[in-house]
Amino acid sequence: MLHIPCPYCGPRDETEFHYGAGANIFYPDPASATDEEWSKFVFIRENPKGWHAERWVHSAGCRRWFNVWRNTITHEFGPTYKPFTEQPKRPV
Amino acid sequence: MSNVTFKFDGVDYVGQAGDSLATALLRNGVLHFTDSTYRDRPRGIMSLWIDEPNALVNIDSGAGEPMVQATTVEITDGLVARSLSGIGDLPDTRDLSRYDRAYRYADVLVVGAGLAGLAEAKKYADQGKTVIIMDDKPEVGGHAQQCGETIPPELLSALTRKNVLHLQRTTVIGTYDQGYAVAVERRTDHINSKVSTDVARIRTWHVRAEHTVLATGAFQRPLVFANNDRPGIMLSHAGATYVERGVTMFKTAVVITVDNQGYTDAIRLHKSGVRVLAIVDVRKKLSKASNKSARKPAAKLGIRIIKGATALDTNGTLDGILSSVVINDPKSGLRETISTDLLAISGGWTPTVHLATYIGIKPTWSKKRAAFIVRSKVKSISTVGMLAGDFEEYEPAVFFGPKLDDTQGLVAYVDHQRDATLRDLRRAVGAGMISIEHVKRYTAIGTAHDQGKTSGTLTMGLIGNLVGLEPDEIGSLTFRPPYIAVPFAALAGRERGLHTEPIRTTSIHPWHVAAGAPMEDVGQWKRPWFFPKPGEDLHSAVLRECRAARNGVAVMDASTLGKIDIQGKDAGAFLDQVYTNMFSTLKVGMSRYGLMCGVDGMVFDDGVTTRLGENHWLMTTTTGGAAKVMDWLEEWLQTEWPHLEVFCTSVTEQIATVAIVGPKSRELLALLSPSLEVSKEGFAFMENKYGDVAGIPARIARISFSGELAYEINVCAWYGLELWNKVMELGAALDVTPYGTESLHVLRAEKGFVIVGQETDGTQTPQDLDMDWIVSKKKDDFIGKRSFNRADTSRSDRHQLVGLLPETWEYVIPEGSYFAEVQHKGATPPIPHIGYVTSSYFSGELNRSFALALVHNGRARIGERVAIGNETAVITEPIFVDKENVRRDG
Repeated sequence: MLHIPCPYCGPRDETEFHYGAGANIFYPDPASATDEEWSKFVFIRENPKGWHAERWVHSAGCRRWFNVWRNTITHEFGPTYKPFTEQPKRPV
Repeated sequence: MSNVTFKFDGVDYVGQAGDSLATALLRNGVLHFTDSTYRDRPRGIMSLWIDEPNALVNIDSGAGEPMVQATTVEITDGLVARSLSGIGDLPDTRDLSRYDRAYRYADVLVVGAGLAGLAEAKKYADQGKTVIIMDDKPEVGGHAQQCGETIPPELLSALTRKNVLHLQRTTVIGTYDQGYAVAVERRTDHINSKVSTDVARIRTWHVRAEHTVLATGAFQRPLVFANNDRPGIMLSHAGATYVERGVTMFKTAVVITVDNQGYTDAIRLHKSGVRVLAIVDVRKKLSKASNKSARKPAAKLGIRIIKGATALDTNGTLDGILSSVVINDPKSGLRETISTDLLAISGGWTPTVHLATYIGIKPTWSKKRAAFIVRSKVKSISTVGMLAGDFEEYEPAVFFGPKLDDTQGLVAYVDHQRDATLRDLRRAVGAGMISIEHVKRYTAIGTAHDQGKTSGTLTMGLIGNLVGLEPDEIGSLTFRPPYIAVPFAALAGRERGLHTEPIRTTSIHPWHVAAGAPMEDVGQWKRPWFFPKPGEDLHSAVLRECRAARNGVAVMDASTLGKIDIQGKDAGAFLDQVYTNMFSTLKVGMSRYGLMCGVDGMVFDDGVTTRLGENHWLMTTTTGGAAKVMDWLEEWLQTEWPHLEVFCTSVTEQIATVAIVGPKSRELLALLSPSLEVSKEGFAFMENKYGDVAGIPARIARISFSGELAYEINVCAWYGLELWNKVMELGAALDVTPYGTESLHVLRAEKGFVIVGQETDGTQTPQDLDMDWIVSKKKDDFIGKRSFNRADTSRSDRHQLVGLLPETWEYVIPEGSYFAEVQHKGATPPIPHIGYVTSSYFSGELNRSFALALVHNGRARIGERVAIGNETAVITEPIFVDKENVRRDG
């Protein structure tokens, strides 16, 4: 079970969280988005081997969404950052 | 030592306190323990601990356990056990034992309290770290303890420090990411054989540690030769330990070895009074160090040492018990048969790599140690002791067994519990399999109760021999938790029976229970299914309840609907985004039905939302969807539209809702609230009014989920039951009839109202459900809008909601049924199906059965006939009652 660093509450067990896919999926302008751009937003998700910026919500805690770097191989967590703040550099 | 009496296979025995069942039985002369599962081979105890493949028992006393190893059971007065050949059986009585759970954070978790683990625990304790040290055996000290060596007192005293938690009889069953480990602590079975209702029988530990030290040690390996499975053949470490513990049945012994451990154990046997007839060492030459540390001490005791030889076969008594061993000198080809009571095998050590592989650390093959060892490169995990290969001084030969012909191979056992032999391995390789993962599945080796603790490395070594590869080229050993068999009750802890899952009930629930209503589970909610009168079944009760709703007045507890209080100056704009239809234009005091879609345009939830004030709304959701909708709203507010000033609060449990339904509901409301304006003109459809209902402050909404004139009376949840009682009391004159979820479903289906989750499965757009009317054409955007223009969602031949009228008027099609075009009536599958039934009931109002269904290109098929097996039905519009919507005004 992952130990996830909630930026508001501190590290907590994974069972308190829900996963929300990649952090860099931006809602496109629906009026101008082509079918391809729109389907990319709706259906296509990255699945990188290594560091991945992703969204989590502390649903059984503060109920707040945040972003965090996670290594998909080692499950190590990198820096967290709040929505609409600058993304920290990809950890090495 | 005090005596302990126990029963095994119906016979009373006396053992000594602290004995394992295996030790006690051996001391009592029980050698032939059981017969093997598949081939009825006589088998005896082979090992000391959890690696034991033969001696499985069923515990029938106390809580009872279906399959445990006699080597791990500590005897107590009154213990009742029986030997197993194959699987055991669970007791058919309820286990009343208590099971608990504990959570702990620590700086360091040490797994294994052998010398290596103890040294690590002391090291970290000295640094002031908080340390948890867990060990699965009854006593601390690992091999050293088993061999009767003294444990350094400074290691033991470290265990009593304040910053150290030391637990024996505690097996770490799983290791997971980021220092997470789960362990089971056996707390009472070794004290007595009774059911433990006060002290938890097993406590499951959930530990999170900054650093984990794996000091899991190693198991000794057997060798594969013909008839290597007879009672009397043991691992040498086990044989010597049993003899030291007072087992006297072995007068003579022969030790077969590939390493120096065999010499050590031969000396231990000798010192305990067993005549060691020979040490048969497969190694032709020993190093100087081994010669000095192993051979010389044994030779000094006069023990005959045969080098470059090994066991080929054994002979047995008529009962199959070991009587002699056949050894050979591979060089000279000479054979010798030696009669012996005990054949002690030292086939090298197999480190216990399981916990390391659970977290993705791969063991590596060490030729020098003839073993897979683990040296962790992960910062937060260290491996020490035998697991890390700290046994090179044993200098084993890489040897798993002699060359055997097929007749010998047929009785040369690799996995005792699965009765899998060398010949099975040869067949697997002959069939083209090399990878351990394939061979495992082909031969079932390693899949039994012991999970291949004795057979894993042997198998890889033997396949390697057959195909000319090193063991690590055969694949890598992957294990999965749990490390040992764990009772489900231990994992459940106290969350059994009523505590398995939270049960949610409304404030009116006690009335439903008293009325004898069977309950339906809707999510975690208990909802009354129907309210049978004496002699009624579901069918007759539902007919009566629906009749009351359509012709008189009926009442339902609607408190379980999800309710979310939404406030803020941007709430209207926000609702315009989450619903497909317009809400910001709704007048204060009015309600509107809304549909929500995901970004993919698929229907996600629905419900009625009311504008309570300029910036104050109350949203209702489906009973099962409340939490999901709440999360959905928060996600958009926090991650897409943080500029919107909107606050969402769940108020599901704060409000009780009583729905009064039917043409006489206006009359009933007037009785309940004489001062309220209830006329058709004065209280419009979808309007809300505040007033006293039976003396209780209430919000009354004119909303209908049945098509009939209906009101939903909302009060503070504390008054729910009182309101219900008043409705029943004052409604008696109008024969007010309570109804449950079944009638609710019939009534709404007759009107063609969908239930999200019944008519939908996440692949229906509003258009598919014939609900295009609720999709706003005016709004620039709402969640899901763009997806309606995708090629797949905009095509006209999707599965669409339609009605079905069975041509056999009383036939209720089972829900979920697939159906085909009518020419396939009665045909034998496979036949192409065109749709499936989502809801199906018998309607008293229609006096016939009817159904809702999703059908490919359904709208274009209205009027067509379809075949459901031998039955037929006609496709109709998905509405059966009151197509003109006139009944809702009463």
